[in-house]
Amino acid sequence: MTTVTQFSFTDFVKSLLWLAFWILMIVTLIILPIIFIVLFYVPAPEIEGIEITPYLLLSMMVNPDIGVPLLKATMETTFFKVAVFPGFTFAALFATIIIFFERKFLAKMQLRVGPYHAGREVLWWARNFGGFFQMLADLLKLISKEIIIPSGADKPIFWAAPVVLTVVASGLVALIPVAPGWVVADIDVGLLAVFALLGFFPLTALLASWASNSKYPFIGGLRALHQMIAYEIPLILSVLGVVILSGSLNLSTMVEAQQNYWFILLLPIGAFVFFITALAELERVPFDLPEAESEIVAGWLTEYSGMAYGLIQLASYMKLYALAALFVTLFMGGWMGPEILRFGPPWEPDLMIRGHMVLTVEEGNAFFWFIVKTFGIAVLMLLPRGINPRIKIDILLRTGWAKLIAVAFINVFIALGLLYAGVIHPVGVVGT
Amino acid sequence: MIQLTLPSGIQVEPSEDGRILTLSVGPQHPGSGHFRLIVQVDGDIIVDADPDPGYVHRGEEKMCEYRNWIQNIPHLERPMIADSCGILYPFVLACEEIGSIKVPERAKYIRIIMAEINAMIFELYWLAIYGIFLGHSTMFMWPMGDRELLIDLAEMATGARVTHAYFVPGGVRNDLPDTFRDKAIRQLDYFKHRLDQYKDIFYTNPLFLDRTERVGVLTAQDAINLGVTGPVLRASGVEHDIRKIEPYDVYDELDFKVITMKTGDSYARAYVPYLEMYERINIIKQCLEKMPSGPVRTKLGPNPKGPVGEAFKRVEAGRGELAYYVVSDGTPKPYRIKLSVPSFRMIAAMPHLLKGAKLADMPAIYWSLNYWPVEADR
Repeated sequence: MTTVTQFSFTDFVKSLLWLAFWILMIVTLIILPIIFIVLFYVPAPEIEGIEITPYLLLSMMVNPDIGVPLLKATMETTFFKVAVFPGFTFAALFATIIIFFERKFLAKMQLRVGPYHAGREVLWWARNFGGFFQMLADLLKLISKEIIIPSGADKPIFWAAPVVLTVVASGLVALIPVAPGWVVADIDVGLLAVFALLGFFPLTALLASWASNSKYPFIGGLRALHQMIAYEIPLILSVLGVVILSGSLNLSTMVEAQQNYWFILLLPIGAFVFFITALAELERVPFDLPEAESEIVAGWLTEYSGMAYGLIQLASYMKLYALAALFVTLFMGGWMGPEILRFGPPWEPDLMIRGHMVLTVEEGNAFFWFIVKTFGIAVLMLLPRGINPRIKIDILLRTGWAKLIAVAFINVFIALGLLYAGVIHPVGVVGT
Repeated sequence: MIQLTLPSGIQVEPSEDGRILTLSVGPQHPGSGHFRLIVQVDGDIIVDADPDPGYVHRGEEKMCEYRNWIQNIPHLERPMIADSCGILYPFVLACEEIGSIKVPERAKYIRIIMAEINAMIFELYWLAIYGIFLGHSTMFMWPMGDRELLIDLAEMATGARVTHAYFVPGGVRNDLPDTFRDKAIRQLDYFKHRLDQYKDIFYTNPLFLDRTERVGVLTAQDAINLGVTGPVLRASGVEHDIRKIEPYDVYDELDFKVITMKTGDSYARAYVPYLEMYERINIIKQCLEKMPSGPVRTKLGPNPKGPVGEAFKRVEAGRGELAYYVVSDGTPKPYRIKLSVPSFRMIAAMPHLLKGAKLADMPAIYWSLNYWPVEADR
């Protein structure tokens, strides 16, 4: 005999108060003393002659003379680059904005409104962005949902796949130069590393589909593999022209080689092939065969739920950012652009706070141009979703193998012709 | 008999080595309706497809035997709420034949207007789902949005957005409002303009052509043998339209074409309903002009009944030929009602077209056949 407990608001409030009481007690009596004891023995770093101790924290917050140098010092650490600016947080934020923009943009194309209510009251000053908090709501929903694992699934691989995808997507982001010096991993074989990392995605998709122990994911995984084989080769061939013209595999050097002319002007065919293959690589419409809803439910994502699904989506949108940024880096001159931003008067254009320099004007402009160009290319990648149906796998394979590879080879020959006809010097146009 | 040819090297029998994969598409699958399609695939090729309907059987025919003519109207339109006037039309015609009820002239025109509007509402609904089945999300939203134009008109005339219960034996339930004519012409003109845009985004899209051209070809002879009707039959080149060959109400006084295409592939099956929508707009405009004034309903007794007798009536609904066989034993309740719905005929063509097709062609073929599980199960 089970008794049904009636919901009582008084009990609910009482339990909340009780919870708050215990949290307060534990924090004040146990956690805070532990923190203070630990901090007492940890040696403090020294910035511009000031020893940074936790007891200075509050005064740092209100006093820019102490806070700004600390901020500047933090920005120069590798940790900041990996975790915040050119790295994970920036990419994830960019992905969030892209998802929101996609939803609004697609809604406009399809004569509907899109996300509208969430955050409309909060962001009262930006009515047109009403619905931005829908992203937050979706995140909360995904986090709070149960992750269901199908019976008979290969649990370690099933769990590992979303994490691996996110890690690999973050790895891609780390290779992208955002401004001179602002890159997490400035390695000489940057482009090779990009392709090495891109090769992980279909493999992980296949593993995830196999681990799901289900039929539709399995078909989706096989399709992802087919797609990769058909599109990886034209993708690599399409950037060969850029490598020939810039004479380097380092992405930062490639951007600097485009000081006078963007490579998209010299190699439009290569840029076109890269764009198409990037869409296929991203599994976006019209190349969303591995996730074809009406045929194979959700493809290799079918059995994923909750935050595992959320991580896969995050990884795919971070990949979208990375490939859009790669397009900008390879063909559209990366961070290059006219100096239009200025933080102060013309004789002192850098961003200064209380005489401490935070950001030079060159860096500011580089960030601005890079973000604007990347956003534009990302929007261009979203566009086909509104106007195209899904392509068929046989047509996809035929296009990838027969047409795009041939076109990519033509692009390589154009690049070689430009180089050996003496039009172009390996470091820039007409021998700069 | 229909001969089946498979590409060489494809096994048909399920094998021990797991070469054949059996997929149960539905009833919980985004690419199926309320029915199941057991598909056996060898790689990407479908070697066998076995439709398994019956998940939404509601016993409409038996329910009819416990209700009188008027009570039967609201529940008979449930199997196909997207085309509620179309599925009610032959029932009303059959009742009128049994009871020898004379229908006012104005009611006949109003019935045709509403039947054509409902057929368009249905076709837009169908087109929207066809779009999303092929992964074209804009083609899902546009017809769904433009459907509102016609739903507005239907609501204006009947008071209900979807299930109108508007046709009754002896005419229609109520007269059209005064402003209906102007609004209808305005909405239909705008709708025609929107239809032109569908062609640009959907019917001339090269990827859509790739997906549907030469996919699921149904020859004219096969179409006749399998007994399919409506746009599916006309897409195979057979000129068969009940409105022409057996005109009911005042269709013989109206001027319209029967759209046919020769190819019989999925593209033709998607294109014929689209072209028919222009003809339907044409028919509605003609009706609005020719419509006389007068009463719209013949007054019947409180519990109308006819003599002992039977009637078989068929109309051209949005999906094809829809027929009712009504038997009356002299009481107000019909002795037997038999629905012959077009969807149930399409199911015969489904395995025929799916065998040998690619798995990616399955949505294109399945949905082009205009098969509605709820209607087929009745």
